[in-house]
Amino acid sequence: MALAPGPDLLGDGSGDERPKWDNKLQYLLSCVGFAVGLGNIWRFPYLCQTYGGGLGCFTVSSLIGIYYNTVLTWVLWYLLNSFQNPLPWSACPPDRNLTGFVEECQRSSSVSYFWYRQTLNVTADINDSGSIQWQLLVCLVASWAIVYLCIIRGIETTGKAIYFTALFPYLVLTIFLIRGLTLPGATEGLTYLFTPKMQILQNPRVWLDAATQIFFSLSLGFGGHIAFSSYNPPRNNCKKDAVTIALVNSMTSLYAAIIVFSVLGFKAANDHGRCLDRNILSLINAFDFPDQSISRDDYAAVLAHLNVTQPERVAGLGLESCHLEDFLDKSASGTGLAFIVFTEAILHMPGAPGWAVLFFGMLFTLGLSSMFGNMEAVITPLLDMGVMPRWVPKEVLTGVACLSCFLASIHFTLHSGNYWLEVFDRYAASLNLVIFAFLEVVGIVYIYGMNRFCDDVAWMTGRRPSLYWRVTWKVVSPLLLLTIFVAYIALLARAPPSYRAWNPQYDQFPTQQENVYPGWVQVTCMLLSFLPVLLVPAVALAQLLVRHRRKKKAALQDMHLKPQDSGAC
Amino acid sequence: MAKMFKGAENAFKVRLSIRTALGDKAYAWDTNEEYLFKAMVAFSMRKVANREKTEISHVLLCNVTQRVSFWFVVTDPSEKHTLPAVEVQEAIRMNRNRINNAFFLNDQTLEFLKIPSTLIPPTDPPVPIWIIIFGVIFCIVIVAIILLILSGIRQRRRKDKGPSEVDDTEDKCENTITIENGIPCDPLDTKGGHVNDAFMTEDERLTPL
Repeated sequence: MALAPGPDLLGDGSGDERPKWDNKLQYLLSCVGFAVGLGNIWRFPYLCQTYGGGLGCFTVSSLIGIYYNTVLTWVLWYLLNSFQNPLPWSACPPDRNLTGFVEECQRSSSVSYFWYRQTLNVTADINDSGSIQWQLLVCLVASWAIVYLCIIRGIETTGKAIYFTALFPYLVLTIFLIRGLTLPGATEGLTYLFTPKMQILQNPRVWLDAATQIFFSLSLGFGGHIAFSSYNPPRNNCKKDAVTIALVNSMTSLYAAIIVFSVLGFKAANDHGRCLDRNILSLINAFDFPDQSISRDDYAAVLAHLNVTQPERVAGLGLESCHLEDFLDKSASGTGLAFIVFTEAILHMPGAPGWAVLFFGMLFTLGLSSMFGNMEAVITPLLDMGVMPRWVPKEVLTGVACLSCFLASIHFTLHSGNYWLEVFDRYAASLNLVIFAFLEVVGIVYIYGMNRFCDDVAWMTGRRPSLYWRVTWKVVSPLLLLTIFVAYIALLARAPPSYRAWNPQYDQFPTQQENVYPGWVQVTCMLLSFLPVLLVPAVALAQLLVRHRRKKKAALQDMHLKPQDSGAC
Repeated sequence: MAKMFKGAENAFKVRLSIRTALGDKAYAWDTNEEYLFKAMVAFSMRKVANREKTEISHVLLCNVTQRVSFWFVVTDPSEKHTLPAVEVQEAIRMNRNRINNAFFLNDQTLEFLKIPSTLIPPTDPPVPIWIIIFGVIFCIVIVAIILLILSGIRQRRRKDKGPSEVDDTEDKCENTITIENGIPCDPLDTKGGHVNDAFMTEDERLTPL
């Protein structure tokens, strides 16, 4: 019997089939781009230097999508300002009388001034919101427009964009590697990085930081990887993909660390040289030596001689102590590394505007590819849940998602926006992810069943997972995640959460003032940390109730049907 | 001269860093250069009202060191009093550029220690550069978004018209499936609407509780 094809089956096939990756490379690049983010560049090298948990995921991804794009906005602002020579953060602006430089800039540095005053226009307190910084608002619009352009049709468009956004950073990193290694002082920076400080390795905090870093670096628990992988064909060697992505992510962090440290070494050598020059100038001016008579190498000998012959005069000069190690120790991570330390290092490279354009272009594409993952983690569940009716095109859904996130992120362009960003970064994106990942692992291994899961993997990849995988899934990963979670809670509970504020009125300015968060902000932190997690039991409860009601309905229907059945028989 | 310099409120210390500014092309500081300096100071004073009669001999230099630094003071024509510091400061500030140029130096390498230099006011272009580049990028992005949306709309319109035409041809294709003994020869033909067991959706795999 030939089965006639049903017209509805044919009609369905064309518009609604699940999108697919054009090729495997697009998928891998997307995952790598999602995993490799700003953290690889600015979190991992910092750690090297100092020592030596579906609706919940959706909420976390939305929260992160909102604030992550603000960082992209800052990067875009710096990128747009890099197209001029001299760079705007190279010199302090003169004050109103034109007799000197603006005081705030003089006391800190031109780079810090450009970041805190001209970019953020930051207030001294998180309570003081200030008004909207219109330049940042404009850049925010642009960066959301760019994100929308790339995700407008889901992976159909991100798949094309990812070729550029995932590969361009590696190109720039390589260019910086060549430039960085040829800078004077780079070797000091690299030896500093690769010299382990043995006693610090005994501090358990090191290992905790390492575990959290690799966890967050892989961007786990957001639902982004799940979203991307759902567009793969079902028979897919996911084992090989997972190993590849993890390896590429770690290699990228190491690669970035080499580059960051050669540039930081150059900066430290530069700062050290200028410190010496300042001291030499003080000596020359005080003792009336001929101009340029003391070179940097002679400085130590001359200072020793003068200390012996005229110690009081030397003491009265107030010379700084210039040690290269002190400058190498000035570590920074996060926005501090990108917007203050690195921008200052770039100032001293020949052809500074070009390097600035490359650097910020790289940061922008890095953040952009991570944003793709975030937004996919938001949009894919919405699509799958059928939030919008069928006839609404996907462009509208992505547009609505981007628009809502944009409206929510306007808050970060206020003058206190930087402080709020830290709140989101520290509380929305940390505990939740650990808990989600823990629940995912435990849920699959213990509730779904290790054997069933191994069967699924065998069906997909052709081979059952080996003992290594089973042990890590069953024991190692849950244990590590639990340890991270407990350690986090312990650290948070130790002291009331505080933040560092940029306050020009502070007497120890430019050191940042340590303020405790006001009560309502602390409440917000708690909500951000635990609300997404609470969605997990909440949804479980809701599903239980729905199922219970369905059972009741089915039981009632059975009771109505039974008399009819007996009648038919 | 020592008497006048003892007063020292109207005296100014000057510091030159010739080697820093000129490197190998540095000239030596000798009495001729001092003469030029006196001439430049006298020239600056002559531009001030009531001081047009200032001569080079009215400018006195003292304490020239190896650094090169020295003190100078300007006297009035009677050579008994020194001119007030405010006037000298004003005069030097107004002609600072010419004095610097006479010695191939700038404000940092020819320092008058009590006279603050006027900083160059920031030359802001009428439209900041970042706005120009922002405008370019934003326009490109908006145009690209509009193009993508339009192409999406066109694709959807084509698809809506499409299936009604494609339907007939597909029916014809189905009819050419070879049928032997009433059983289609190609049981895995997905176009025939058979369910392919190799592809099971998640809901089917998980048996409901």
